[in-house]
Amino acid sequence: MKLFRIRGGVHPEYRKELASEKAIVAMPLPRLLRVPLQQHVGAPAEPVVAIGDTVGKGQLIARAQGAVSAPVHAPTSGAVVDIANLTAPHPSGLPQRTIVIESDGRDAWAELPPPIEDPLSASPREIARRVGECGIVGLGGATFPAAVKLDLRSRHELDILVMNGAECEPYLTCDDRLMRERAPEIIDGVRIMAHALGVDRVIIAIESNKPQALESMTRAAAGVANLSVIGIPTRYPMGSERHLVQALTGRETPARQLTADIGVVVHNVGTAHAVHQAVRYGRPLISRVVTVSGHGVCEPGNVEVPLGTMVSELIAFRGGLTEEAPRLLTGGPMMGQPLPSLDVPVIKGTSGILALTKEETRIQPAQACIRCGSCVSACPVGLVPVDMVALVRKDNLDEAAAAGVMDCISCGSCAYICPAHIPLVQYFNYAKGRLNAIQRDEQKRDRVKRLVEARAARMAKLAEAKRAAMAARKAAAAPPKPDPDSPPAAAQ
Amino acid sequence: MTVTVGLSAPYAHAPTSIRRTMGLVLLALLPATLYNAGLFGWPAVNLFVVTVLAALATEAVCLRLAGKPLFPPLTDGSAVLTGWLLAMSLPPWAPWWIGAVGGFIGIAIGKHAFGGLGQNVFNPAMVARVALLISFPVPMTLFVAPRPLSSADAPGFLEGLAITFGGRLDLDAVSAASALGHVKTELSRGVPVDQTLSQHQDWIATLLGAVPGSLGETSAVLLLAGGLFLIAKRIITWHVPVSLMGTLFVLGSVTSLIDPGRYPDGLFHLLTGATLLGAFFIATDLVTSPVTREGQIIYGIGIGALTFVIRTWAGYPEGMAFAVLLMNAATPLIDRYVRPRVFGRTSKGEPLSAKRKR
Repeated sequence: MKLFRIRGGVHPEYRKELASEKAIVAMPLPRLLRVPLQQHVGAPAEPVVAIGDTVGKGQLIARAQGAVSAPVHAPTSGAVVDIANLTAPHPSGLPQRTIVIESDGRDAWAELPPPIEDPLSASPREIARRVGECGIVGLGGATFPAAVKLDLRSRHELDILVMNGAECEPYLTCDDRLMRERAPEIIDGVRIMAHALGVDRVIIAIESNKPQALESMTRAAAGVANLSVIGIPTRYPMGSERHLVQALTGRETPARQLTADIGVVVHNVGTAHAVHQAVRYGRPLISRVVTVSGHGVCEPGNVEVPLGTMVSELIAFRGGLTEEAPRLLTGGPMMGQPLPSLDVPVIKGTSGILALTKEETRIQPAQACIRCGSCVSACPVGLVPVDMVALVRKDNLDEAAAAGVMDCISCGSCAYICPAHIPLVQYFNYAKGRLNAIQRDEQKRDRVKRLVEARAARMAKLAEAKRAAMAARKAAAAPPKPDPDSPPAAAQ
Repeated sequence: MTVTVGLSAPYAHAPTSIRRTMGLVLLALLPATLYNAGLFGWPAVNLFVVTVLAALATEAVCLRLAGKPLFPPLTDGSAVLTGWLLAMSLPPWAPWWIGAVGGFIGIAIGKHAFGGLGQNVFNPAMVARVALLISFPVPMTLFVAPRPLSSADAPGFLEGLAITFGGRLDLDAVSAASALGHVKTELSRGVPVDQTLSQHQDWIATLLGAVPGSLGETSAVLLLAGGLFLIAKRIITWHVPVSLMGTLFVLGSVTSLIDPGRYPDGLFHLLTGATLLGAFFIATDLVTSPVTREGQIIYGIGIGALTFVIRTWAGYPEGMAFAVLLMNAATPLIDRYVRPRVFGRTSKGEPLSAKRKR
């Protein structure tokens, strides 16, 4: 298949070999599981259990709230021992509502919804509903509720489903392992999703540094009509949704729009596996494969972890840390986030837990920019980071916005390559946050202004009505006056 | 000011640093420098050392005056590179104070007056060279014929010290014209260019560099090798050197075809003067060249064209330094107007239209 060129990008040191040859192993069931109510983009789920309730494995414990949300299920059987605010796996370290389940050790399934018979002829709505009920979110890391993205047919004219198996982040191998070990299940999930979306073509894209995954997926996909498994060049950020779509189809997503606007939907291969589980067995999303890697951890590997497992337990399961204080991350090194502590749970979006040593991160103090232009060549969006960072440094946010800072995808290619070690993404994230806050403030001010004006108008109308009523009363009581419109002779 | 890396990703970094960038440029310059040191002997070595030391000392003083830390800036290689490039553009047997004054001008006025590393608009080495050329035209245009260290008439170490530091130089005995200067002088005497070239131009010597010229500019082969090394190491890209040399070559070839008696040909332009040194090492200065590839091509074409104009019609035989400075001045403008198209937007910055929306 003809591939299209994408701009920029870098070739980071992938270090995937640390974990790529380690088969997925199951995490032994922890005693306590702490399941946060927000593991997805959108509104947090609302608990439907109370402290003291016993739950079965896979039982709904919190339901979705609103159009963009996802429910949460019990990862094992046991008792709800607490519903409390506990530290979230987010760099802020802020607490969020979390249901704590004490395992009874039996790991007994609750009554699950029945499998959908013959999903390839089921209605798309039914499949989307099942995927939604099972709490499936995008497992590539974005955690957008998958059901919303499977129900796009009503609003968009779709023709291509792209399955993202690029896994372009260094270190991460969870998708690689899943594709190697569970290709038939993934392909089944992909076919169900393609059916739900009503697309005529499916492209499964895998970076060429995963030859075994490519091979096993190609084998599993043999004979499936309109489905192709494609090896794509290994270049970060190839897995960025818009860039992947451009590389595969040549279609460029317009700024501020979705790939669905140009007829393409992108899902992660891990999500397809979860869809297979939900549709064929009625199993909700209660575990995921997590890559534990980096030179800071004793035994890197890929672990199927029940959601709600503490990171500290997961790391202990992989032999613990090799040094006192490595850099701890959730996600990959290019776009992942620092962990506030080890005492946070694994959630739906946790693709990796990395412990990186100083030699791996190469963190150095920033020096003066030498305007080498490496960042301009590396930027996959076509921005000029060297100029944007100068504007943000001066807090000149309007000009930074005009220079395109809001189009930045925070992929980190510029900061990765910068010889002066300037933390460019930090500046851009700051600018984006500030600009968003300013925009929110403006919207709020506009709304307040509208309300105030409406109130003033209302009050004026009320006063006017009052005056009119008063005048009418007076007119009724007093003797009729001369008509003010006819000029009275006495006024002259 | 030390900014520690912020909280935001990425938590990985390419093995790049300013020191590595500068170090690789210096490494690329080394073969040509060593060759020319051998070619012009001890006086050239002395001048080179004085110029680099002057640049370093000025850097240290300026950093101290500005209240900035001395390290890492003093050891990041940028001041050494400025001094090095300046030295390579000087006449090899120039007196020591040319190098000292040049090193001072380059670093103090060319770089720190603008705010230090990364802030300067003009290439510091070329600022120094042009200031010297205008202020001290005689020593700055006095070239010598090659006297390799191995040869019998090469000045010894002590003699070299006397030439560089004692001003003991019998001008008439040693002076020789560079190829560009010779062609120009002969033309002014009424000798057609093609005649001068057919009589005097030794192409093999020009290619290898055993000809009169500035301290580091004569060896075409070694400079080209250094430049290709930098491109291979991705410190520079092909855009500036190719557009610069391409323009010079095309202009030279076309005019020479029209009037071979008046204009030297394109190859002569490429292999003489500071063309190769300038195209690969001076015009590509990261700080003072445009940051986008498209801008770099415009910049390279500009330098090539201006160099040709100055060499052909202006008073000076060589125009590379002036051309670089003029295009340095245009760099902020180029960077302002020449930008890549942003993903999902038209070249005007409007979002692309999605025709598929239902």
